[in-house]
Amino acid sequence: MSKKTTHTKLFESSLVKEALKESFIKLSPSKMFRNPVMFTVWIGTIVMAGVCIWIAQGEKNQGSLAYNITVTAVLLITLLFANFAEAIAEARGKAQADSLRKTREDTPAKLIQVIGEMYVNEIKIVPSSQLNKGDLFLCEAGDIIPSDGEIIEGLATIDESAITGESAPVIREAGGDKSSVTGGTKVLSDAIKVKVTTDPGESFLDKMIALVEGASRQKTPNEIALTILLAGFTLVFIIVTVTLKPFADYATTPITIAAFISLFVCLIPTTIGGLLSAIGIAGMDRALRANVITKSGKAVETAGDVDVLLLDKTGTITIGNRKATHFHVAPGVDALHFTQCAVLSSMADETPEGKSIIELAGVNPSTYTVNHPRYIKFTAETRSSGIDFDHTRIRKGASDAITKLVTSAGNAVPPQVDDAVKKISSNGGTPLVVSENEKVLGVIELQDIIKPGISERFERLRKMGIKTVMVTGDNPLTAKFIAEKAGVDDFIAEAKPEDKMNYIRKEQTSGRLVAMMGDGTNDAPALAQADVGVAMNSGTQAAKEAGNMVDLDNDPTKLIEVVEIGKQLLMTRGTLTTFSIANDVAKYFAIVPALFITSIPALQSINIMKLHSPESAILSAVIFNAIIIPLLIPLALRGVAYKPIGASALLRRNLLIYGLGGVLVPFIGIKIIDLVIQSFL
Amino acid sequence: MNTEITGVIAMFILLLLLAIPLGRYIGKIFTNEKTWADKIFTPLDNLFYKLSGINSSTQMNWKQHLLALLTINIVWFLLSMLVLTNMSWLPLNPDGNPSMSADLAFNTTVSFISNTNLQHYSGETGMSYLGQLVLMLFQFISAGCGMAACAVVFVAMKERTTDQLGNFYFYFVRSCTRILLPLSLVLAIIFLFNGTPMTFEGKDTTTTLQGDTVQVSRGPVAAFVAIKQLGTNGGGFYGPNSTHPLENPNYFTNTVETVAILLIPVAMVFALGYILKRKKLAWVIFGVMLLGFLLLLVPSIITEVKGNPAITTLGIRQPMGSMEGKEVRFGAAASAYWAINTTCTSNGSVNAMHDSMTPATGMFAMLGMMVNAFFGGVGVGFLNFYIFIILAVFISGLMVGRTPEFLGKKIEAKEMKIAMIIALLHPFLILVGTAIASHIYAHNPTAYAAWLNNPGYHGFSEMLYEYTSSSANNGSGFEGLGDNTPFWNISCGIVILIGRYLPIIGPVAIAGMLANKKFVPESAGTLKTDTGTFGLMVFAVIAIVAALSFFPALALGPIAEHFSLK
Repeated sequence: MSKKTTHTKLFESSLVKEALKESFIKLSPSKMFRNPVMFTVWIGTIVMAGVCIWIAQGEKNQGSLAYNITVTAVLLITLLFANFAEAIAEARGKAQADSLRKTREDTPAKLIQVIGEMYVNEIKIVPSSQLNKGDLFLCEAGDIIPSDGEIIEGLATIDESAITGESAPVIREAGGDKSSVTGGTKVLSDAIKVKVTTDPGESFLDKMIALVEGASRQKTPNEIALTILLAGFTLVFIIVTVTLKPFADYATTPITIAAFISLFVCLIPTTIGGLLSAIGIAGMDRALRANVITKSGKAVETAGDVDVLLLDKTGTITIGNRKATHFHVAPGVDALHFTQCAVLSSMADETPEGKSIIELAGVNPSTYTVNHPRYIKFTAETRSSGIDFDHTRIRKGASDAITKLVTSAGNAVPPQVDDAVKKISSNGGTPLVVSENEKVLGVIELQDIIKPGISERFERLRKMGIKTVMVTGDNPLTAKFIAEKAGVDDFIAEAKPEDKMNYIRKEQTSGRLVAMMGDGTNDAPALAQADVGVAMNSGTQAAKEAGNMVDLDNDPTKLIEVVEIGKQLLMTRGTLTTFSIANDVAKYFAIVPALFITSIPALQSINIMKLHSPESAILSAVIFNAIIIPLLIPLALRGVAYKPIGASALLRRNLLIYGLGGVLVPFIGIKIIDLVIQSFL
Repeated sequence: MNTEITGVIAMFILLLLLAIPLGRYIGKIFTNEKTWADKIFTPLDNLFYKLSGINSSTQMNWKQHLLALLTINIVWFLLSMLVLTNMSWLPLNPDGNPSMSADLAFNTTVSFISNTNLQHYSGETGMSYLGQLVLMLFQFISAGCGMAACAVVFVAMKERTTDQLGNFYFYFVRSCTRILLPLSLVLAIIFLFNGTPMTFEGKDTTTTLQGDTVQVSRGPVAAFVAIKQLGTNGGGFYGPNSTHPLENPNYFTNTVETVAILLIPVAMVFALGYILKRKKLAWVIFGVMLLGFLLLLVPSIITEVKGNPAITTLGIRQPMGSMEGKEVRFGAAASAYWAINTTCTSNGSVNAMHDSMTPATGMFAMLGMMVNAFFGGVGVGFLNFYIFIILAVFISGLMVGRTPEFLGKKIEAKEMKIAMIIALLHPFLILVGTAIASHIYAHNPTAYAAWLNNPGYHGFSEMLYEYTSSSANNGSGFEGLGDNTPFWNISCGIVILIGRYLPIIGPVAIAGMLANKKFVPESAGTLKTDTGTFGLMVFAVIAIVAALSFFPALALGPIAEHFSLK
């Protein structure tokens, strides 16, 4: 397996250039208005610009022109930094999405012409951008699939590495759960007829690009609540600043407009206000980097809240399918003969289980000479398969099916075989009994191979407070064994599609959020019901429509990553909010004495940072306030690391780093800036 | 150790010993469990219900609770206005005191129905006994009202997905009859035996040692003082409040009164633990409140005991500490302790002149009111604290990577909106009120010279204190403010009204809305609210949101004054 690495540097120069341009465009008031915190800074900047003009025209009581221009410039830079944070996040997301989209743009499509109600087999080459929903197109070996669609005829091997990074080709065929193809992937062999499932510009990827670009980005409920909190803080500080004017009048302490606006801008939570939308976009971008397309920002956020994960056993917990691990030969049967019969019975068996039997036997079946073979296919009725040749009838199947076959012919099943069957079942394996001419030869043991490292991941999930549930078609005994071995918390055995649905409903009524992954059409209702439904890209269109995320890698363990991305998103918001608000302590101690010490020298005692002068104190505070934004952009884009150490420990850790850090850092920062400024004054 | 400090510690220990069992008792009263009081009070309660045609078992949702609360408050408002503006000719007026002017009656009425007890009048000359009795009634029912609202929030915190939150009248009547009434009886009897008057006769005449004849005001004082302290009302029978020797005769009554101030506010926290069956949460809340309380208390006692540095500079020793404006029978430490008690709890009774305390103590007293949630008023103190919990839960919930939830209920935009409005309200009322007064004064100091007894920083502190006290429904005065003018009566009245009802409506609405939400069971990823870390988070939110927003104002008042004292 070779994974395509999707690393882009945090600040790639082309992206930075684009983001810089965008930062100025975003200064337009209609765009600023979306963010109440930064909008007030915007108004403050305009007012300061007015003050500068006023001073230039001869006003004497507002401090020097240079000082006021500096304050205005720092405020403007604060705005640009905040815009830059949003723009760079957008640019990165867009770049990521573009690289996925590029492959499918303007690929020639072999459109199957339609006349009236009829499709005629006449091919017309059109650019992919002209394909509409419902159109049919043909793809032959070597063609790039021009658009997302569903195979309606044929079968093909397809190279999906452009999307998934997975180099091994996959088989897609009409009907069933593997009928979906993605634009940009390449047909390697055979030919398929595909029906277009989305209109141009409406594929999941297009929707996601729109989300990232902000055109259709809606604030998530949590983002709205946080914006209310931040707007509330902003209001408090408006009150604090505005009422200070009459207070100062009473104390006959003149305060310049620059000082008022600086105090206000420093106190309002500009750090989080400036980074908030960047954090949201970066969350979706991180999902995209994990090759997961989200249909809304809310889906990523909800993923962080998930309480229950429904995981399919096959492919998620165990490697692919069961494998033959052992042959149990019945007493009196030659081991070599048994192996030979086992291989013969599996010759026509294309299932991974059948292949694994031949693998275990270690023989090449083509060396066997078989006259006029007749292969017996597996049916739900006989629950066995096999081969007939000459006068030999070899059967392989579930133990009860073979037992029935053997006993009805008047033969007995040796007790040793019965024992072996029971032992295999209780160990979580699947026994396949082999018979020749209605006599039992022995048992093939099939075992699930649990993915290495999977139980550690479940342990990690448990520490996050997430319950894992394994869904399997196995009988309860086998299911229980595997569940225990893999370390999942619960399992649904002999699962039918409606069992999944019922389980999800049950968990939801007791207030839990459920996430699941699915691919088949019969998964669609459950995907829709689940709070987070991740559909595999290889799955049917119905499944993809029903879920709220699509995993391009078709990797069933992706859910775990998605949950962590969601948690990171919320945590990044929380920690930066804390940091931003904690910063206020130091800013108060920088600016409040600066406002008053000229007329009330006694207040020099609260100038605990011993800042040089009122002007330098105010400038240091606003400069610190501005440069902290770009310094935190990397954190906002990468997200705060999630550690599954339990909520209380996590709170303690983050409170220490971002809370206490948020109190201390500005004291140091403002003092250093003051020392630097001092040398200029 | 200094005996004064020992006295303070003893008062606090006595308080805890009484508050913990009382909390359990209050919990039982609200959850309708059997208590000893049933025998006596069930017939009494039933009589009230029968007379007023109330079915106390009707379940109410949070909106109905608030409607009931506001309705009875409007009725009381009208009743009080009627009595206060007509008491000169109404009965029970042996001293022939006059009726109140409309603006003073408005201020007094608002102040008493809101549990504030800001007094722009003096009881001896401005009130008839009927007026005092009406006010005493309000001291019961306004306290009962706050406790009932708090009970609604407790029940809502406990419930899972319902809008049925009990009956408002049930909580209200029980608060009055089973909690306030018996405690008041005990207290009143203690005061009675220590020399506090309890009579309906008019002024008494005595001859002093000097041979002068003096008129001594009397009245139903003992009963009035008991509920004044227990219900965090604070309005004194006499103008000088508990500095008056008949309202607070000796150190023993002072101890009893001090304990009474904090008793129910502290007990409410333990009642929460009992009702929710979350003792640890109650202790965490108690811990946060106590931490804030001590941070205000300890420096206050230190500065008061140390004395005024300006006097020290004059070369005068102050072995008893700063004694200006304090009663010799209580001393500096007990007075400072009372000052922080009365301001932290929205009580507002005084046993010393707050105006004369050192600027630092004055500031800590103001901070107690500005936060108004370090124990706070009966019932309403916890409601204020609840808002801070919601804010802290929201921020710290995000910090652990989950949509914030409190006791299994998700906190979303709607709740945040209400919480933020309520958190904003207090700074808004205080700062805007003071700003308007400062503006008026600053632009015409001579016309309004009568407002302020002191110029400069201290004058600013007087105005700031008045609005802080009004908005916090505290009712204590810094004094030295010429406050019986239409401007102060009306503006403070409005601040009191808004400062009372919105902070009740907000938490009840949030709790009611949360109670109606889907219950999310706890998991390892859920933020636990009964831990020290979360307690610290709540404290930080209070310090930054509530206390720091007053920093610029305080810098111009007490802080400037403090650093100017040399």
